[in-house]
Order: sequence, then structure tokens, then C-alpha cells
Amino acid sequence: MYSNAYILRFAAIITIVCGVLLASAATLLKPMQQENIQTDIKKNILKAVSLLDTEREYSKLEILDLFDQRMTSIVVNPGGEVLPGLKAEDVNPAEEPDLLPIYLLKDDADEVLAYCIPIDGKGLWSTIHGYLALESDLITVRGVTFYDHGETPGLGGEISQQWFQDNFTGKKILDESENLVSVTIAKGQVRDDAKGKEHLVDGISGATLTGDGINKFLREDLGRYNPYFDKLRNQDQNEVVS
Amino acid sequence: MNILSAKNMKFVKDPLMDNNPISVQVLGICSALAVTVQMKTAVVMSLAVIFVLSSSSLIISLIRNKLPSQIRIIVELAIIASLVILVDQILKAYLYDISKQLSVFVGLIITNCIVLGRAEAFALQQKPFASWLDGIGNALGYSMFLLAVAFGRELLGSGTLFGYHIIPESFYAAGYQNMGLMVLAPGAFILLGLIIWLQRAVTGTVSE
Repeated sequence: MYSNAYILRFAAIITIVCGVLLASAATLLKPMQQENIQTDIKKNILKAVSLLDTEREYSKLEILDLFDQRMTSIVVNPGGEVLPGLKAEDVNPAEEPDLLPIYLLKDDADEVLAYCIPIDGKGLWSTIHGYLALESDLITVRGVTFYDHGETPGLGGEISQQWFQDNFTGKKILDESENLVSVTIAKGQVRDDAKGKEHLVDGISGATLTGDGINKFLREDLGRYNPYFDKLRNQDQNEVVS
Repeated sequence: MNILSAKNMKFVKDPLMDNNPISVQVLGICSALAVTVQMKTAVVMSLAVIFVLSSSSLIISLIRNKLPSQIRIIVELAIIASLVILVDQILKAYLYDISKQLSVFVGLIITNCIVLGRAEAFALQQKPFASWLDGIGNALGYSMFLLAVAFGRELLGSGTLFGYHIIPESFYAAGYQNMGLMVLAPGAFILLGLIIWLQRAVTGTVSE
């Protein structure tokens, strides 16, 4: 038998050794992990605006190059005004919820092809992060990605799968009278004759609560950007009229 | 002492066939089903388990005479968990995409019955070198099945191996289709069952 003092000493030594080992590993590897996370974010923005071929794998350099070449960004406020001089990299949405970054995909003639906004909120177990890209009409969804989450693998975790994200492409966020209705994840498969089919995507069985969370924050995030998008839509119409 | 003596080799060989942790003891099935959709994830998972299992057995064997039996389980777990977190951090730094695909399953090596099982059943009683070999042997036995199942699942389910297309286009043109079942968990159960059947038919093992 060992004395209590020995057991306590032993436990303390093990704790300190393991703690020091893990803390130093985490500190040493942190810069590389951060870099990977940043690249992954850029990759997801590119994926949302469908610049990436899903069949192929891209190296870190390719991602960064493509991002620098094609993507620009602006920051708007909840009133729908562009804040001059600010880029998406300059703002931290977690700390300044009133600064809304938008990533823009432009063609050679400087026309915007796609608008990409960050979407995030609570799923069932975790905060889900993702991006949603709209076509230049600001009504049709061009693509969506969910990348960082802690949902149950195989159930809620399926939201990071390509088949689920592909569902969103082509859906409309506005109804006929131009009201924001967002896109909603349905329960199970969406029937062909379902009402409002253009606003519904197929759900994942076993992941209803994850889906509910996404529906909620998707609507909220689109709502926050809507004043700016509305302004753009009206501008387009005025141009057509005049 | 001869490093490659028959006795030492038995520590490595035994868990490969006659005492395989997956097919005979049926341990560690959960992760074996989860990460075997692709060869790539299965290989990385195998390497992670080989590292964790051999190191944990070695460390636990080294401290076995100083380890108070009252707190041995928690100490074993602390060592295993530290090793697993270390692997997870390294994967996040160097193989980010694969680490995302493996998601929680790297972390779940902590609860893989094989790791704690070998620590309790072997490393606590045996010398460090023997324990290290035993850890490698068991991890290889686990990896063997992981890779075999992943090979079947990726080939039949996606028509690829390591992401490269293996099944020629002409097959698809002639009406061949990928087997969707293999991508899902039941496909892993079926393949695993068939492999165990094959193994027992060859070795003639019968569980009583």
C-alpha cells in the first residue's frame, strides 16, 4: 500500500508533466494552426462563390493566390451604408457586430458576380460557422458552406457534406413581393409539389435541431445585411426604369 | 537479449492474427467503422493509433513499479489523453484537411478500448520493451483491419483509392454503379463481418 502523501505527490507530478507537455505543444503549433484556419476560411469563401472545383484538391498556395486575385471585400453597417476604407480583414464580427463584412467576386469589367457573407450561430451543440454567397441579382443563392462546427458526426455533422450544401444553390431568399423569407431547411426531403419550394432545402434526418439552428441564424444574418442588399436591388431597378 | 527473439516477435505477431483486437476481441469497432470511408483517413488514423498505443504502453510500463494501484486508471487515462491531444494538435498544424475529416475520432482514441485494455492487461505487468512491442502489435492488428475495410469501402463505394479513380470510365458506361451502401456505416459492418468470416475460415478459430 502507498501512503496518501505518496499518491498525491505522484498525481501532482503526472499532472505537471502532462500539462507542461501539452501547453508547450499547443503554443509551438499555434501559429501553423492559425494559418491553416485562415486558409480554410478563404477556401470556404471561394467554395461558397463556386470558384472551386469540388472534385479537385487545392494546395494552400493555390487557395491564397486565387483569393487574392479574385476576391475583394467591403464593410457595410446595419443601415446599409458602405463604410469607406474598411476591408473585411479589418473587422472582427465577434466584437463589433455593427460592422458587416461582404466579400465580392468581380469579373474583369469590375461588375460584381457574387456577394458572400459570413453566417454563424448556434446549432445543437456548437457554434456553426459558414458562408453564404448570393448571385448578382441578390435573390438567388449561389452557394453555401458550413465549415467549423461541433455537431454530431453522421447526423448534424452532415451539414459540412457537399450534397447538403449543394441543396442551397439556386434557392431564393425573397418571395414574389420582395420580402425576405430566407431559406429554410425542411423536415426530410422536399416534395416536388411543396408550397414555397424555392425557399426550402432537403433536411437531414436525425439533425432537426441542427437544422432549426441554421434556419434561425440564416434568417437573422440575412436580415442584418438586407438593408444594404435592398438598396442595391432598388438601384438596379431604377437603372432599368430610367 | 536478442531484440528479434521468438518471444519478442510473438508480442507483435499474436495480435495480428490469433488475438487480433478487432476480429477476435472485437474492441475499437466504433472508430473502425467511422473513419474507413476513405483510405487516406484510415491511414492517418492507423498511424495515430500506432503512435498512441505504443507510446502509452511504453510509458505506463516504465512507471509501473512506482504507480500507486489506487489511482492507476486515472493516471493511465491522463497519459493516454495527453498523447492523443498531442497527436490531434500535430494533425491540426500539419494535416489540417485530414484532421477536419477525422473530426472527433482522433480525440476518441482516448476511449478506444484497445489502448486502455493493453495498458491494464499487459503494460502494468511487463517490461517496457515487451510492452512497446505489444502496443505496436495490437495497433498494427487494428490498422490491418482498418485498412482492409477502408480499401473495400472506398473501392466499392466511390470507385477510388486514396482519391484516385481506379474503376475505369468504360465500366460506368457499361452500367456499373458505385455502391452507395459502402459509404454508409452498414457497409462497414458487412465488410467487417465478411473479413472476420474469411479470417476464421483460414485460421479455423472457433469462439466458444
